[in-house]
Amino acid sequence: MSYTLGTHDIAAGFVDPPHESQRVFRGVLDAFSHPGRIVTVDDAPAPPGGLCCATAAFLLTLIDRDTPLWLAPEFDTPEVCDFVRFHTGAPIVGGRAEATFAVQAHDQPLLFDSFNIGTDTYPDRSATLVIEVPVLGAGPVRTWRGPGIDGQASVAVAGLDHTFWLDWAANHSLFPCGVDVVFAAGSQLLALPRAIAVEA
Amino acid sequence: MPDTAIQDGAYNYAYLDEQTKRMIRRAILKAVAVPGYQVPFGGREMPLPYGWGTGGIQVTAAIIGRDDTLKVIDQGADDTTNAVSIRRFFARVADVATTTRTGDATVIQTRHRVPETPLKEGQILVFQVPIPEPLRMLEPRETETRTLHALSEYGVMQVSLYESIARHGRIAKTYNYPVLVNGRYIMSPSPIPKFDNPKLDRSPALQLYGAGREKRIYAVPPYTPVKSLDFDDHPFEIETWSESCALCGSKESFLDEMIVDDTGKRLFLCSDTDWCQERQGEREGAPPEVPAK
Repeated sequence: MSYTLGTHDIAAGFVDPPHESQRVFRGVLDAFSHPGRIVTVDDAPAPPGGLCCATAAFLLTLIDRDTPLWLAPEFDTPEVCDFVRFHTGAPIVGGRAEATFAVQAHDQPLLFDSFNIGTDTYPDRSATLVIEVPVLGAGPVRTWRGPGIDGQASVAVAGLDHTFWLDWAANHSLFPCGVDVVFAAGSQLLALPRAIAVEA
Repeated sequence: MPDTAIQDGAYNYAYLDEQTKRMIRRAILKAVAVPGYQVPFGGREMPLPYGWGTGGIQVTAAIIGRDDTLKVIDQGADDTTNAVSIRRFFARVADVATTTRTGDATVIQTRHRVPETPLKEGQILVFQVPIPEPLRMLEPRETETRTLHALSEYGVMQVSLYESIARHGRIAKTYNYPVLVNGRYIMSPSPIPKFDNPKLDRSPALQLYGAGREKRIYAVPPYTPVKSLDFDDHPFEIETWSESCALCGSKESFLDEMIVDDTGKRLFLCSDTDWCQERQGEREGAPPEVPAK
């Protein structure tokens, strides 16, 4: 397979990868352990193309040659692809079902079940979706319950319509299968693991 | 830190290479997303033998950073060989501050105990696990136990507990007592005494479990229900005893029994050395008790 880099510059990755990725990972782990909690990624490099800082830092921290990445059409630009290929080596795939990680925008149809949801015997083989939204902590407030939440949490994520939450309920009902979601906006992210039940 | 490995450049930060850390980090996130499910991971050879905490060390190496404060305990004690070695290992390869105080630690790696001091939100407890599969002694085939977990088919475990009652009049298992996590997966809490099981339930701290030989990682997120298995007419109970710690007088902590002379004189001591020392410090600082008249 031959591939030529474009004429544009490739956006910078981490300056000090072991420590920056460790700090980003601890933020992501905090987000997964406390679903709904907004975590700020301080170490985010300037992101390429249409990606936000948090998504770029998340990808630099967690993807590599073992994790096929699917990009929604609006992120599937030369800038983003070169950034991913150069810094992580992750293969960019055309089919949702092949992807371990995916980046998608909030205003596109989500099609949760077109991603890998894992199997009953290996639920860990499911995909993780990064969904870029306009802002975290604003918009309609919903009640989240499940592991990592003490009782219940009121969480607001902007830019998601009613269908999204219907789809989410279907995804949650597949537990222990199902995809895990990370919402990203600017330099912030919050996690929605499959075990979380969301009510209006 | 005068002689860290970072400075001499012999190893990557925290010993493992970045590719390995990413693989373990992905496994940890999936483990947190599916509480109690054992995620397979590509366990690496570590510079210590299986059974000495290779799984716990790999989990700790994947999460630890220079801002962390690490505590390591072996059966509650900070000063035993395994704990001292692992603490020195991370002080050297990860340039990390270490402590013996439970309250000061951000990451606590443990072999077979949960600290007596209640854990706080933000702390991470890393367990060293020898046999992660709770059904392994009942069903040796991995393909079968995996299917049993997939189907939530846990009758075999209930039968084994019932047989224990039939034979001994009670559930005689005292450590590695099986738990049900969030109402879905039966999980081995590692060989902690069943005395510690209630501390796992809805703990504000994140629990990560690493099994190096078996190459499994699993997790219990904060505030997650962890129920020790039992029967309505034989509810789960922890041990109680009449002795108290010879050093700090604690009646509520888990005690180790020691034979102190040739005539078989026995002494009971707190298993958790940090808890014991803090209580001794409090007693020394307290005004002397006035004997009642």
